[in-house]
Amino acid sequence: MDWTALGLSLRLGLVTVALLVPLSFLLARWLAFARFRGRGLVEALVALPLILPPTVVGFYLLTAFGRQSWFGRAFESLAGQPLVFSFEGLVLASLLVNLPFAVQPMQNALAAIPRNVRDAARCCGLSPLGVIRRIELPLALPGIATAVVLTFAHTLGEFGVVLMVGGSIPGETRTIAIAIYDRVQAFDEHGAGIMALVLLVLSVAALWITNAMARRMSRHT
Amino acid sequence: MEHPGALHVRLRQAEPFPLEVDFEAPAGSVTALFGPSGSGKTTVLRTIAGLHRPPEAEVASGGQRWTDTAAQLMVPTHRRPVGFVFQDYALFPHLTVREQVALALDRPRGAPRAARVDELLRITRLEGLGDRRPGALSGGQQQRVAIARALARDPAVLLLDEPFAAVDWDLRESLRQELMALQRATSLSMVIVTHDFEDVVKLASHVVLLERGTVTAAGTVETLTASNRLPGLDRHREPAVALDARVAGHDAARQLTHLEARELRVSVPTIHSPVGAPVRIQIPAREVILANRRPEGLSLHNVLEAEVLAVEPSSHEALRLVHLVVGHTRLLSLVTVDAVQKLALAPGVPILALIKAVSVEAFA
Repeated sequence: MDWTALGLSLRLGLVTVALLVPLSFLLARWLAFARFRGRGLVEALVALPLILPPTVVGFYLLTAFGRQSWFGRAFESLAGQPLVFSFEGLVLASLLVNLPFAVQPMQNALAAIPRNVRDAARCCGLSPLGVIRRIELPLALPGIATAVVLTFAHTLGEFGVVLMVGGSIPGETRTIAIAIYDRVQAFDEHGAGIMALVLLVLSVAALWITNAMARRMSRHT
Repeated sequence: MEHPGALHVRLRQAEPFPLEVDFEAPAGSVTALFGPSGSGKTTVLRTIAGLHRPPEAEVASGGQRWTDTAAQLMVPTHRRPVGFVFQDYALFPHLTVREQVALALDRPRGAPRAARVDELLRITRLEGLGDRRPGALSGGQQQRVAIARALARDPAVLLLDEPFAAVDWDLRESLRQELMALQRATSLSMVIVTHDFEDVVKLASHVVLLERGTVTAAGTVETLTASNRLPGLDRHREPAVALDARVAGHDAARQLTHLEARELRVSVPTIHSPVGAPVRIQIPAREVILANRRPEGLSLHNVLEAEVLAVEPSSHEALRLVHLVVGHTRLLSLVTVDAVQKLALAPGVPILALIKAVSVEAFA
């Protein structure tokens, strides 16, 4: 059992959730409420990671993060280390790859709030921030919970993009999904089996807990 | 012309549909924005609340400017003292009745706040329902929550969008009476959007008729009904005059109530309102008989000395609509062409208007 890999995966999952869910909430809110030209295009771009093969996404990110791109050079000169094959690079890749898993459940939940309910909140004297805090967040909570679980579970399981962008550096970029692959390559089926089981149990537990939470919350609404 | 305290609304837009509106809703009374669906009534209401910003608009209440596009002024909705009752009520599904009302309360937390919530729940007859969520309330109860929540801000004006459209017909009448009682108790300014003429006759003192985005008539309900200027709104509506009256006295022995609309006095079957209480009455034109001699031996209670103002054609070729005046109060009478000739009805002719007590509809 590669505990370092599991720890790294959990850390990556938590950091991704912590950064992505708040940002995605704002994006989801914009897509759910604003009417503008080109919204379909933005939605298509957000959904892109769902259908592109992970190796394709990984390839583009590798190119964008590398020393040949202005972005990769800028990061290296600021951070003093390259973005590719680093934990920071993994986080950035993870944020992009998980965008649809975070945005879509929250966008659906927010779009389900009737316009009149939001308008009524403003007529009750709530400031724009107050409307988000007292009305939108509580009503979108099941969607937010789904976004958290999907993002977290998907980060734990992401393989192709991680391998392309991060490689398999122990303690830096070797996540549990990569570790399982490495074990199988090394004919260590027992080690791979244990780690696969851990991942399975974690995933089932996460889904079970959110479903129970969502049920409990929707009972009140 | 702007009166102090009045709500002044002027707006113009070409898109998404043309709308050009300019009217004033007097303070302390009910103004109906009346018209067929799709005439832009809700847009006007949303503009008052600051939820809609037309390219050209002015909204001022009691001298305070809320919207003035010429001056780039747009007070945000949450800083306008308005209460908005939405057609579908738009209650917050995740909050209890108490929480919804408390959320709209514009004052610090603490005991006075809880007391005010209690008071609002009492006014809207929601005692005992404070811990329920909207999903566990009937349609009528939901409407009361919407009203309690809208009142919580102590609004300068209460805006109601088709408040009775979502409730059954039999519940409508009692909700109307509750709203009317509330208005009389608080003398709150209200603007009510409706396409139901019953709402206009029973609730409003002023009416703004909106057709295809423009105001086609505006004034007091009494003036507009008396001059028969509102028929366009409802083709099935018979001409009838709606008057603001007061209870002048009760005759317990004869089970009659005497009502007074300025010089016009009528007796109606007993209604249970105290002397001095305002009562809206409606007198249908077809129920007014004309006579040139005081009749005897009839069951009749109301014989009014009137003068003919005009004789006009009506929707029926054999009938004429006779405009009358009793003192300064106007009446309408629908009679046959034959009766016009027999009584030689013409402007200036003195005549008696006979109205059965049961023909006078009174809305206490």
